[in-house]
Amino acid sequence: MKNFVLPKITFWRAVGTIIVITGLYSTYLRFTGGLAATTNLNDQFPWGLWIGFDILCGVGLAAGGFTICAVTHIFNIKQFKPLARPAILTAFLGYLLVIFGLMYDLGKPYNIWHAIIDWNPRSVMFEVAWCVMLYTTVLFLEFAPVVLEKLKWKKLLSIIKMVSIPLMILGIILSTLHQSSLGSLFLILPNKMSALWYSGMLPVYFYLSAIAAGFAMVIFEAFMSARAFKRDVEMNLLSKIGLYSALFLILNFVIKIVDLSLSGNINLLFQTSQQTLLYYLEILIGTLIPSGILLVKDLRVQKKWLYISATLIVAGFLFNRMNVTITAISSELKLDYFPSFYEVSITLMLVVFGMLAFRLITKYFHIFNEEKVTLNA
Amino acid sequence: MIKQKAILFDATLCVGCGECYNACKEQNKLPATNDDFLKDHLGANTYTVIEEYGDYYTRKLCMHCVEPTCVSVCPVGAFTKTELGPVLYNPDICLGCRYCMQSCPHKIPRYEWTKNNPRVRKCVMCYDKISKGESTACADACPAEATIFGDRDELIKIAKQRIAESPDSYYPEIYGLNEAGGTSVLILSPVPFDQLGFAANLPKEPLGNYTMRALDKIPSVVGVGGVFLTGMYWLTKRKNEIAKEENDTIKSDGKKI
Repeated sequence: MKNFVLPKITFWRAVGTIIVITGLYSTYLRFTGGLAATTNLNDQFPWGLWIGFDILCGVGLAAGGFTICAVTHIFNIKQFKPLARPAILTAFLGYLLVIFGLMYDLGKPYNIWHAIIDWNPRSVMFEVAWCVMLYTTVLFLEFAPVVLEKLKWKKLLSIIKMVSIPLMILGIILSTLHQSSLGSLFLILPNKMSALWYSGMLPVYFYLSAIAAGFAMVIFEAFMSARAFKRDVEMNLLSKIGLYSALFLILNFVIKIVDLSLSGNINLLFQTSQQTLLYYLEILIGTLIPSGILLVKDLRVQKKWLYISATLIVAGFLFNRMNVTITAISSELKLDYFPSFYEVSITLMLVVFGMLAFRLITKYFHIFNEEKVTLNA
Repeated sequence: MIKQKAILFDATLCVGCGECYNACKEQNKLPATNDDFLKDHLGANTYTVIEEYGDYYTRKLCMHCVEPTCVSVCPVGAFTKTELGPVLYNPDICLGCRYCMQSCPHKIPRYEWTKNNPRVRKCVMCYDKISKGESTACADACPAEATIFGDRDELIKIAKQRIAESPDSYYPEIYGLNEAGGTSVLILSPVPFDQLGFAANLPKEPLGNYTMRALDKIPSVVGVGGVFLTGMYWLTKRKNEIAKEENDTIKSDGKKI
């Protein structure tokens, strides 16, 4: 409770409270007045902020969960182990919030169970639905040891420990499918999206950018919790993670430019239009500036620059997903969509819920300094 | 094998009288949405409209694709392409994800945005009526034979014949012959189709193929991924063990000396 006296925390608590109250009011409107009462969506623009941010960004930013697992448990680079638990927690909370957010966006949320019994394997959305269900279950099992430790349920803990490696492998495969399938969703819109974003490579772009953003989130959170819990950040680990992130960003960028050239759409980069400007902003903020910083060793070992570049990568990632869902379509179809106050307030409420849950769980459970724990696999 | 039914709309014959619009409303028991049918738009209670483009009128309605995008994208299979031709929707299993609306190349499906139990709404090609061997309400109502109903094969023949007989009156193509894999609503027009507001940049293949190319890779991702990750795990673990053993050997050797 000692944090309570800090004015800074009180300020953010006030902001958080206002956001939650507004969000709850919007929730009431959403479930009494329908989507028309709360969103700026329409027949020509049926996917907006909630799909673009709550779903696409929510899942993408949870990617740290599977990338860090791969690094620590599959590639067995044990030095990164202290980062695994916060990353799994982020991923688990991220997925829970995605499901929660989906309840607002779906027209008939009470029909969601039909996804389990009514199958259409030709649909990418079917793949997405099953990845969400299965990977959330995997994340639950990956996170369970944290709770079981606290409860001292050793028997159950040892059972989960036995299956932990197959579980991690399953999690990595499901994440690969899920992250890329969110890009595949848009493959069916060849005539509705600007060629700056539309490409047969969209699943690859979504996968690579999610890996980069997932790493950046791990860094970002390490700084946030270091500040909240007044502990030091593991700079030697985090700067390496920063470098990994930069490498994935550059790979993604190179494929994008080559693909734009091969498809004959590179001229779109030299137009003066709003969409071109937004494309440049996305690339500069999310790729060129942060990877430029992170490639310089003297910079990435400094707290300030590492923090700045991680923040930029996350911001650029959000920018990209919003561009794919909103800019690419609205510019091609000459439509205007801007999220309503209610849409924004619900999205902000989900972000606050996520931060609050992360804060509380890291406070009461053993998330950081994992190296002291033996039964963690 | 049942012959697929279809609608042929000929914009050179349409006089813009609005009989199809009224007949559709009546047949589907849809409430009135606009006093002037020419100012109305497709909506949750309007399955077909007549649009004015300069000297010409055209109709807009669900195209009932041969390989529909909505059928391919719906996660729960709420859309079905019937053998007879119409594309039907089942609101009872629909989740409301609106992927059908997002992906429809003809921008047809409409949503009940104001409702708490919203359905997707669109023309059903008078499925009940045509199952009994009748024709659609709009075709019945058309006084100018601008909208006619019949077997898809037959209508394609008629359309080709019309173009051949009076090439000056027609833009020399049938819209719907193979747009996004073809449709069960065929359009004839005096001008290029984009001038009547039809999507002109559609590929010839069904759009479902675009996502199938990604979905087809799932088994290999799972297979290769599984083998690679298991192999990697085993290799790196072994490597660490060997490194540890060597370390121990060096240490114990050191002790001996």
